[in-house]
Amino acid sequence: MTAALALGDDALVLSHRLGEWAGHAPVLEEEVALANIALDLLGQARILLSLAGDEDELAYLREERAFRNVQLVEQPNGDFAHTIARQLYFSVHQHGLYEQLAAGNGEFAGLAAKAVKEVAYHRDHAEQWTLRLGDGTAESHARMQHGVDALWRYTGELFQPVEGVDVDWQALHSRWLDSLTTVLERATLTVPTGPQTGAWTAGAGRQGIHTEPFGRMVAEMQHLHRSHPGASW
Amino acid sequence: MSSSTDWPLWEVFVRSRRGLSHTHAGSLHAPDAEMALRNARDLYTRRSEGVSLWVVPSSQITASSPDEKDTFFEPAGDKPYRHPTFYAIPDGVKHL
Repeated sequence: MTAALALGDDALVLSHRLGEWAGHAPVLEEEVALANIALDLLGQARILLSLAGDEDELAYLREERAFRNVQLVEQPNGDFAHTIARQLYFSVHQHGLYEQLAAGNGEFAGLAAKAVKEVAYHRDHAEQWTLRLGDGTAESHARMQHGVDALWRYTGELFQPVEGVDVDWQALHSRWLDSLTTVLERATLTVPTGPQTGAWTAGAGRQGIHTEPFGRMVAEMQHLHRSHPGASW
Repeated sequence: MSSSTDWPLWEVFVRSRRGLSHTHAGSLHAPDAEMALRNARDLYTRRSEGVSLWVVPSSQITASSPDEKDTFFEPAGDKPYRHPTFYAIPDGVKHL
């Protein structure tokens, strides 16, 4: 229950953020790519939230404080490099997590085995762009480094154990750091050295404490359903 | 949506399943071949249209000119004996 909510909310919230690029992406091809990733995540969220209860009620009728997603995924899109940095941090993590879940025989093994192929593509997409932006022009390099630096303090929460998710969190973290370091160095970027959490962020998203932009996002995500309860087409 | 013109154009070919040929599906913009392949995956195979993709820089394609249409194609028009219409096709052959 706790676990399905945590993983489901991660997917739902990131899906919504990526959906915000529709109509705004720098090129049409990239808009479709981001929308495809958003739809993959939405599919994962639907399965996970259905394990925890009624998917629509959970997505559209919970208050901000009842969401259990990590703070990383609720961070605003920023510029394209900022979004790619968020994708890189999250998709490398999610790939490692789902690989471990798929290899086990717990509640999430089946869904993880299917989703891990989607997530591998999300990861590849983020890595390809990190390499090109980091090792691109002076402008793209600076923007990519800024995105990587700005979101670093939200990455620690990814590796705080979630009750009911039976994986080796320490191994997950060290493999994530190895992968990240390889990609960032190849992209001529600097791996941030600051702490991966501020004292005030520790475990916060998983306990329902969210950052300021999240309230606006939830309001936008829920307003249609709340204005027209039960509407369909 | 302005910078896409800075990127080269690529032609996309999709093979829908094993045993068939790659077929031209459309074109897209991408900064390099690797990204063109990924964009092609997202744009042209998201509804399970394919099992294999090719991307080719549009600038590398040499096309026949509309001016040459008569000399290129018209002579074949009145030669029905070049069509395999006089053969019985075995039942099992679907893609001849």
